[in-house]
This record gives sequence, structure tokens and C-alpha cells, in this order.
Amino acid sequence: MFQWVHQQTNRLTLFSGILLAIAFVSYFLHYHALQQSALITATIIAGVPIALKAYQSLCMKAFSIDLLVTIAVIAALFIGEYVESAVVTFLFLFGAYLEARTLKKTRSSIRELTEMAPQEAIVKRNGKELTVSVEEVEEGDRVIIRSGSKIPVDGSILTGAATLNEAAVTGESVPVKKKQNDNVFSGTMVDNGYIEMTAEKVGEDTTFAKIIELVEEAQESKSKTQQFLDKFANVYTPAVVVISALVFLITRDLHLAIIFLVVACPGALVIGAPVSNVAGIGNGAKKGVLVKGGDVMDRFSKVDTLVFDKTGTLTKGKPEVTDIKTFQGYGVNDVLRLVAIGETLSEHHLGQTIVTEAKKRELPMDSSPEDGEVIKGNGIRAIVEGTPLLVGNKALMKAEHLNIPNNVLEYAIMQEKKGNTAIYAAIHGEVVAVISIADQIREDAIPALHELRQHGIQKIVMLTGDNRHTAELVATTLGLDEFHAEQLPADKVAFINKLQKDGHIVAMAGDGINDAPAIATADIGVAMGEGGTDVSMETADLVLMADKLMQFSHAYSLSKATMRNMKQNMYFAVGIVFVLLLGVLMGGIHLASGMLIHEASVLLVILNAMRLTRYHRQPKTQEPPAVLQPA
Amino acid sequence: MKTAKFQLETLTCPSCIKKIEGTLSKMDGVENVKVLFHASKVKTQFDESTVQAEELKETIRKLGYPVLSTKVS
Repeated sequence: MFQWVHQQTNRLTLFSGILLAIAFVSYFLHYHALQQSALITATIIAGVPIALKAYQSLCMKAFSIDLLVTIAVIAALFIGEYVESAVVTFLFLFGAYLEARTLKKTRSSIRELTEMAPQEAIVKRNGKELTVSVEEVEEGDRVIIRSGSKIPVDGSILTGAATLNEAAVTGESVPVKKKQNDNVFSGTMVDNGYIEMTAEKVGEDTTFAKIIELVEEAQESKSKTQQFLDKFANVYTPAVVVISALVFLITRDLHLAIIFLVVACPGALVIGAPVSNVAGIGNGAKKGVLVKGGDVMDRFSKVDTLVFDKTGTLTKGKPEVTDIKTFQGYGVNDVLRLVAIGETLSEHHLGQTIVTEAKKRELPMDSSPEDGEVIKGNGIRAIVEGTPLLVGNKALMKAEHLNIPNNVLEYAIMQEKKGNTAIYAAIHGEVVAVISIADQIREDAIPALHELRQHGIQKIVMLTGDNRHTAELVATTLGLDEFHAEQLPADKVAFINKLQKDGHIVAMAGDGINDAPAIATADIGVAMGEGGTDVSMETADLVLMADKLMQFSHAYSLSKATMRNMKQNMYFAVGIVFVLLLGVLMGGIHLASGMLIHEASVLLVILNAMRLTRYHRQPKTQEPPAVLQPA
Repeated sequence: MKTAKFQLETLTCPSCIKKIEGTLSKMDGVENVKVLFHASKVKTQFDESTVQAEELKETIRKLGYPVLSTKVS
């Protein structure tokens, strides 16, 4: 029966609205009897759901706003103020309806995320294709995904290739190419292609499910302001009842007492802070930044010093071929192809980098080295397609008594000064090419740091375990304020402690496990998600899902915008309560107008927070050219 | 010890949180209750030998909140 009434609330609201209109018309037509009966019916129709809710909460020993309104309405009926009672009940229900509608919008970001969750999966069991619900997919299942479908679980590709939209996990809707052995994530979409994959993580263990859970929990975690307000509301609501009783006892004016009861409802005050947080966190989640709660928003907005790890944070953490220069008239791709085939012998990461580059250029690498050996720490010697090859560092060339011409040597030294590792390639005993390899600075590092400074960051420091030469190069390229090379994890922690002692509020961004202590020490720990590693996602306050520094910059300005928004709401809500109370004391506010102002203020506060769901950093007029700087 | 998640219809009043958390945590066998207000979910940990997820669901429903779906793990 209770449930039926609650389900009909919207219809009841509409009825009472119509009755109010009838009463209004009959007032002008002087049908007094009709007006009165319409008003009383309207009060009862709209009053029942409110009274029921109040009764239900009272059973749970909870004082709710419904209770304040119910007492006020009964008292109004008692003294014959039918207009007021009808308008108050209608406005309260209508207000609640509008609140629910607008609240839904502030929560839309997270709802859009959950709606990206896959529902069905096609699995191959015993050679047959079966369509099952996502919950039924088990670890080790072979899952088939065709173009236009969502990937149902986390795992790696067995066969096939596809272009994926990974926005659900990274917030970036740039298509990504994936092929055999690549990892794919639940919730991402196959734009084009066909893949078969093994399910490695299913159900609640997928990265996508964890993101949703983290965001849901984050939206609940309360900032200090919010905790204070919650305590305040606990005392405030019963206090209002007591005070209005006192008002009645002192003034013997029941009318004044019930007006007081209604206008003192703490609506906007209670909802003001949480809606801002929910909208802000939701905005971040959609753009690929997990902010773990309202208190993180609060602290992050106050950060003035950033500390970065170098490798994997400011740089990509993956060495890449930055340049290939050939001499003696050899073609770049011809040399690269031969060298890459030779390097398939090597397990060394620099050798692997060359192989990757050749694959990226789609060079045919069908043949394998005929005869070869790995000269540990120096390079390789091999015969590829009948051509004798020697690939490695300067020491190897010297050991083999090869002459490095002056122009080649000069070029190689120049590349090394830029932070590259230079690798020499010799064919038929003649040095013909220099391949430069470096860990590159992230494309968006320069604009992101620039934006962060614009939004109020005063100091940017880099701490790295790397050597001084490379560190200095990155620091100068990025225009950092300070850098410290050859740092151990404990040194990083000590450095952050020192900054904090000097009164700075510090955010530390890093990737691997070696940064974990520093991340935990800083006021705000930022982890690069790299598609979501469990440790970083759980320990950090802030996770950048797509490893984009621009997301970091967005999160920073978002945290400032969220705190601004929350403050606006608080000032507004407190202001309205004062205006209303003052109005009551001056006798200028009636029950109905008090209710109207009260509901309007709640709506305004929600609408203000809603702006945050669409918040976007100022679009730049010009993207700076994406120059790849070697580190 | 099991965990149950109940999806409710959109919650709008913050006082609902206390109502649900208060009532459920008083039940025997319920270890931990958390209302995720913005996700409109209730997360509970309970001892399956003393209380069943179905009973928790019924209690929530009686408080005036229809349960749309239940996930026990």
C-alpha cells in the first residue's frame, strides 16, 4: 500500500496541481464553496505521500524534512489556511520531482559510464558459438568479438586484429589498433575488425568494473565540509521543531510557528556540497581521470607544487627509434630491415626497439639470420640474406677494427648530446648507418605543464633514478624549476617531506612500484593507469587512465572549479536561510511563498552543480605542434 | 561472509541513507552496510548462516524502496 502511493506520487502531484488551478479559477468566479473543497482535496492528495514518508522515517527514528512539512500542513489545516496548505504540499512534491530530474542529470556522467557496460558475449565452447550473458563468461573462455560489439571481459587477443575505441576505460576516443597478444579491456568497443580472445578477468575483476566501483565509492566519500554539514543537519532538523514549538508558546501565534517550520527546512544546505562533488567526480571519470572522493578534490585544489618521476611519467617509458641516418648511399628502410632481422637474435631492449620500429614501418621480415651471435652488452654479428652485418655500440666497432669515418662519428656524438643512444650498423665491414634510440618526452607534456602553471601551480620538480645528463635534458626541455637525478625511492620520500615541511602542498605523479612510497607520502598521489594496474589504481588519490598529462591538467582545473562551485552553493544556501528567517520575522513571508523560495533555492543549487558535468578546460586556440623531443 | 549489492530506484533524499543503514545494521548476521546514495545501491556484508540476501531485500522493500536487482558474491 505504501509502495503504491509512492509509485503514484507523480500522478498525485499532477492532480493536486490541477485542483489548485481549479481553486484559482473559482476564486475569480467567486465560487467560494468549490474553491474551498478543491483546496482541501488538493492538500489531502498531495499530503498523503508526504505524511507516509514522514511516518516511515519516524518508525526508523529519523527526522526528515517530510516530518517538518507534515506538521506544518496539519497545523495549517487546523487554523483554516487552506490555500497555504494546498500550495505547500503541491510545491513540496513538485519540488521533489524536479530535484529528482535534475539530480539525475548531475549523476549522468557515471550513469553513462555504467551504460557502457557490456551485456552479452559470444563464447566458443566445444567448437560451438554460444551467446551468453556477461556474468556467465568464465576465465579461460574463448570469446569472439565482431565489429560493432563491446568486449565483454579483460583478456588478450588470440587471433585477429581490430581498431578499438577504448573511451570506456581511458576516456580517450581516439581509435587504437590491437592485434595478437595485445591486452583488451571490458567495456571497450570494436570499431572495425574481428578478434578472438581468452578471458583472463571476468565479472567484478575487470578494469571497467573496478573503475565503476571506485567512482561510485568516490562519490560517497565525504569532504570535511560535507561531514560537518551532515552533523549539522542531524541536530538542526529536530532543533527546528523545538524552536517553532517555542515560537508558538511564546507568541501564541500558530501561523508564525508553522511558517518558521517550513522556511527553516535545510534543503539547499544539505544538498549543496554533495551535488558539486558528484558532478565534479563524474566529469573526471568521463574524461579518464579517477578522483577518489570529495576530500581529494578539496586537497588537490590546494596543491601548489608538483613532483614528477621521469621515466614513464614525463617520458613515455618506452625507448623508441628517433632517427636513422645512413651513409654511403644506402636506403634507410633497406638498412633497417636487415638490421632488424639480425636483431631478432637479441633479447636486449635496444635491439627489440629496432625490431619494433621495423614492424611499425611494415617492412617484410620473413627471413631469419643465417648465422649469428650475440656479443653481450655490445651488439650482434649475423649474416642476413647473404649480407654480413655488425650492429652495436662504438666499443664493438673498435673491437672488430672497423674504421668509423669522421662525419659519422660527429653525427653520432651530436645525437648522444641530445640524449640518444647511438647504435652503429656495418655492412660488409663498412659502417653505413647510425640508429638513434631515446625514451621520448610525452607529446602533451609541454602544453600540460604550461596549463598547470596557468591554473596556479608554482613549482614543478622532477625526481629520477636516471643519470644526471638525461635528467638535465628533460628538465631543460620542459622548463622545470628543479630536478634531482640518481634518486632512490627513499630520497624521493625525503624530498617530498622537506617540501611539505616548507609549507607546500604537494602532488606526486609516478608510475611504477618504486614511486609508491613517494605517492603515498604526498598530499595527493597521482598514478598513471596504463589501462589500469591494480596497485596504482588502489593506492593513488588520482588515476590518469590514459596516461595523458593533459588529463592531469584537466583534473587540476576541475578540482578548482568543483571547490568554487561548492562554495557558491554554500554561501547561497546559508544566505537564503537568513533571508527567509529575516523575512518571517519582518512578517513579509507566508507559508506558500516561503516554500516556493525554499524549493527554488534547492533547484538552483543543483542546477549550479550541473554546470560541472559539462565543465571543460578552456579550448586552446592553437595546439602547439607535437614535436617529439628525445630525452 | 558474503557481499550483496542491491540496486534501488533513484534515491533522492539523503535521509534515506540513515534509514536503510540504521535498519539493516540492526539485523542479526549483518556485518557492514553502506548505502551508495548517488549510485542508488546498497552494499552489505553478511553472514550467510544467520541471514539470507532475500531477507535483506525484503527489509529494504518494507522501508519503502523497491529493489530492482540483487547481486550476491
